[in-house]
Amino acid sequence: MTKRTMRGQVAVAGIGETIYYRHGKATEPEMVLCLKAILAACEDAGIDPRDIDGFSSYSNDRNDPPTLATALGTHELRYSTMLWGGGGGGGAGAMANAAAAITSGLADCVVVYRALAQGQFGRFGQGPRAKTVSGDPALTVPYGQMSPALWYAPKAMRFMHEHHIGQEALRAIAMASYHHAQANPRAVMYGRPLTEEMYDESRWIAEPFHLYDCCQENDGAAALILVSAERAKDLKQKPAYVLGAAMGAGYRVHSTMAGHATPDLASSHFKTVAKHMYDMAEVGPKDVDVVQSYENFTGGVLMSLVEHGFLAAEEALEFLKLENLIAPSGKLPLNTSGGNLAECYMHGLELQIEAVRQIRGQSTSQVPDVKVSLAASGPMVTPVSTIIFGTEATL
Amino acid sequence: MSNYYLPAGLPIPVPEPNGLSKPYWDGLRKETIMVQRNPRTGVYQFPPQWICHDTQTFDVEWVAVEPKGVIYSWTRAGHPVHPALREACPYIVVVVELPHAGGVRMLGNLLGDPHQTVRIGTPVEAVFEHHNESDPKFTLLQWRIIVTR
Repeated sequence: MTKRTMRGQVAVAGIGETIYYRHGKATEPEMVLCLKAILAACEDAGIDPRDIDGFSSYSNDRNDPPTLATALGTHELRYSTMLWGGGGGGGAGAMANAAAAITSGLADCVVVYRALAQGQFGRFGQGPRAKTVSGDPALTVPYGQMSPALWYAPKAMRFMHEHHIGQEALRAIAMASYHHAQANPRAVMYGRPLTEEMYDESRWIAEPFHLYDCCQENDGAAALILVSAERAKDLKQKPAYVLGAAMGAGYRVHSTMAGHATPDLASSHFKTVAKHMYDMAEVGPKDVDVVQSYENFTGGVLMSLVEHGFLAAEEALEFLKLENLIAPSGKLPLNTSGGNLAECYMHGLELQIEAVRQIRGQSTSQVPDVKVSLAASGPMVTPVSTIIFGTEATL
Repeated sequence: MSNYYLPAGLPIPVPEPNGLSKPYWDGLRKETIMVQRNPRTGVYQFPPQWICHDTQTFDVEWVAVEPKGVIYSWTRAGHPVHPALREACPYIVVVVELPHAGGVRMLGNLLGDPHQTVRIGTPVEAVFEHHNESDPKFTLLQWRIIVTR
């Protein structure tokens, strides 16, 4: 039987973003932000927006493909898909769905997008206000366990306990994002560096997460245009080829609000997923030049890096030091745009864009001579997803 | 007024309209922890499901289990995420494993000093926190450290 794979068949041809705002500060409606990001991605790629024939998103994005296709005047709609699951676990998965559609012939030009305007809608980090609660949420919410930081804290706490990992590891992950944001004028935290003292003295949100271990919430929109590898060669930008991607979770990973019942609690849930991704990509962790790893909370990044094979849990304290995590010279440059913590929380789609920039050589914290660039989405939720991009030389 | 660990005003737990978790919530009212078990294999599961996950059969049974466990993990909340919690931080949430019930896990607050040192592996026992003046009435499952004398 021939191996079924998407390797090298699809490329990211365009990337687009709006200005990134602090939450609730966008001056335009969410749909307008979404449209502007899509148009920016088309402009970047050099394609006519009307040629988009597929739409792929995640996390219950409110901007549905029929509305977008109608608004943009696309010639026809051939593919519209929403990856189930809340949080940012679906970012790389939405990219994978787009790539799968192109590989299989369901569509030719797919946009992956995410838009958030929290002034118009609600925030994530607040508990529910309803009078009653049922189902899995009833098992957590009445105990005050009612925000993402609280739901995921016990996972990181258990992992750190099992492997004797101290707070310094989480601090280094937070510092890396803030460090890179200082070189990135798009970053919401540009000009607002983080010191070890600031981190140590910041208040607890949910132990082991200090304030600076937690992602921002932001307004804005991001989009990427995917086309076949063949077509990408003729467009404006250096293609970032999809080498491999995967999504999902391991055995009986419960919904977030009953996540404490998951048999493998101390996990980011990348153990099975990363393996599938590497198998398709035909590369291993040692081949990866630069990593974008979704920071909902730094403890999730810690587990994600371990489960992607970049380090053993036992090495975490020794390895996770700022100098190892920063571009251009670190052993494992991490979240080189500032990521969710310090660039923008666009539910991790900004991390997909940064992974592409690293392939193109366009990052504000560029790693020299990048050939393989990884972007992982949404640790600790289910499903999670992960993707690897490569230059033409990797094909 | 309150003998409650957290202030009143948080969402009240009620069974779903389809009744899946009703035996659990009814059990807490009677100071009993009810969990699901597969009558064919003895495999436990919690939170409740419609089907036994190991045999894909629908004859799930509910059984009472001894109201104690071990702290598997925990967090201490420092940031209020609901108006009712504005003055309630810090508070401790523990994930409790029930080794005698197949290792199923439940969650609740750890009673006592909210600043106390929490140690994974510590044995705890259930405390049934009745909210009798609430409408509807309900009972939460809280935990306290077992003091050995």
